[in-house]
Amino acid sequence: MADLSGMRFAETHEWVKKDEETATVGITEYAQSQLGDVIYLELPAVGQQLDAGSRLGVIESVKAASDLYSPVGGEVTEVNGELKDHPEYVNQDPYGKGWIIKLRAVKDNPKLLDQKAYDAFVEGQSH
Amino acid sequence: MVVTAARTPLYEEHVRLGAQMTNFSGWVMPLQYSTIREEHRAVREGVGLFDLSHMGELRVEDESLGQRVVSRDVTRLKPGRIQYALLCNEKGGIIDDVLVYAVADGGYLLVVNAGNQDTDFDWIKAQGKQSPKVVNVGRDWTLVGVQGPRAVGLVQRLTTADLGNVKYYAFVEGTVADVPCMISRTGYTGEDGFELFCGNAGAVHLWRALLEEGKSDGIRPAGLGARDTLRLEAGMRLYGNDMDADTNPLEAGLDWTLNLDKDFIGRDAIIRAREKGLSRVLVGFKMLDRSIPRHGYRVVSDGQRVGTVTSGNVSFTLGYNIGMAYVPPALAEPGTRFGVDVRGTAAPAEVVQLPFYKRPHPK
Repeated sequence: MADLSGMRFAETHEWVKKDEETATVGITEYAQSQLGDVIYLELPAVGQQLDAGSRLGVIESVKAASDLYSPVGGEVTEVNGELKDHPEYVNQDPYGKGWIIKLRAVKDNPKLLDQKAYDAFVEGQSH
Repeated sequence: MVVTAARTPLYEEHVRLGAQMTNFSGWVMPLQYSTIREEHRAVREGVGLFDLSHMGELRVEDESLGQRVVSRDVTRLKPGRIQYALLCNEKGGIIDDVLVYAVADGGYLLVVNAGNQDTDFDWIKAQGKQSPKVVNVGRDWTLVGVQGPRAVGLVQRLTTADLGNVKYYAFVEGTVADVPCMISRTGYTGEDGFELFCGNAGAVHLWRALLEEGKSDGIRPAGLGARDTLRLEAGMRLYGNDMDADTNPLEAGLDWTLNLDKDFIGRDAIIRAREKGLSRVLVGFKMLDRSIPRHGYRVVSDGQRVGTVTSGNVSFTLGYNIGMAYVPPALAEPGTRFGVDVRGTAAPAEVVQLPFYKRPHPK
């Protein structure tokens, strides 16, 4: 199991982990399992400003295309270029090498959930 | 109102194998067991096992009734042979696409799409004069697909029937793993293989025996997800996506399923449509960038909407993205380029010959 300590979660099933300067964003294990085989991601350009809750891109699986939302505000400093040739990393390791973007000048979002609250939220959704 | 999806006799097997289940046409069916990509590859390179029990089976006893509702000449079908054909309405629209089996005791078995079985049954019944002889036998039977280059060898090891003599689109009665089956050399994947019809009581035994014996072939159970990506590569139309009651068989590129020299419901309308000329035809296309076409996306040319995508996805085998769409005949030639509107951007696409994928001929 991946180390989820320090991660926070959006009800739209993205996670964010803040270091000192930057925040890394991806989608959750639950999200990847619901999407199934990821085959393509449409991601923002480096330098783009995102607000918390704004659309950051699109993730496509064999089943469907879905919007991705940024859990926090900030400026995009990096996108995971590996995903271009290996979108399946999002399925295989959503909290690790399947990360999606990094942001700087992060503006916090008080609506995010901690892991316990997110797990309870997912539990509630699947019933 | 709570509508409960029906379970096939193999439901518990799917759950035990860890399948992700989904509701499909009133049935709860496996969507995938591992990943769609892996299951797709297993069918292209080894063998995959499918539960297809949601498909409907209708028995039509009366030859003249069969002849009247089916688009092909069923009287030319010898016992033990199968044809792919259509049921059409008076306007020539497609009610369903079906497999017609000529059974040994006379009469026909129609294998129909799960979501259409009640419509098909009512339609056929309404066409009969006095006591129309059509019976829905779908709930009595389990249907298991064994598909892939290793499928024939696998099934042969479990049966005494000589499968070398069972040609494509033919069937025999026999036992597989001691379970009485109708062994049909058909499929919806673009690979060689069989579809096995057995009574519900033998279903679990048959399923387990195939998985066990198939281990050395790298068998994998495969769900509806892989079934869809496989059939798309093979250029096979999906009812409800690529054709419906408002689609003419000529538009859908299914001319070869029509015997217009015999009378059947819809024939006159189809002949009139042919004389008038078609305003749209179904084409296959490949994307020239990495966008993924989806059902319902617009086809654009010179800034105008000219058509609609009916199916689209990644092709795991070919390594690019493919789809089918209705476009004006002027845009239907292979090599023609048009755009697919993907979230407001006209992504470049090129018309290609169907099928996208054809299995290599056995050596």
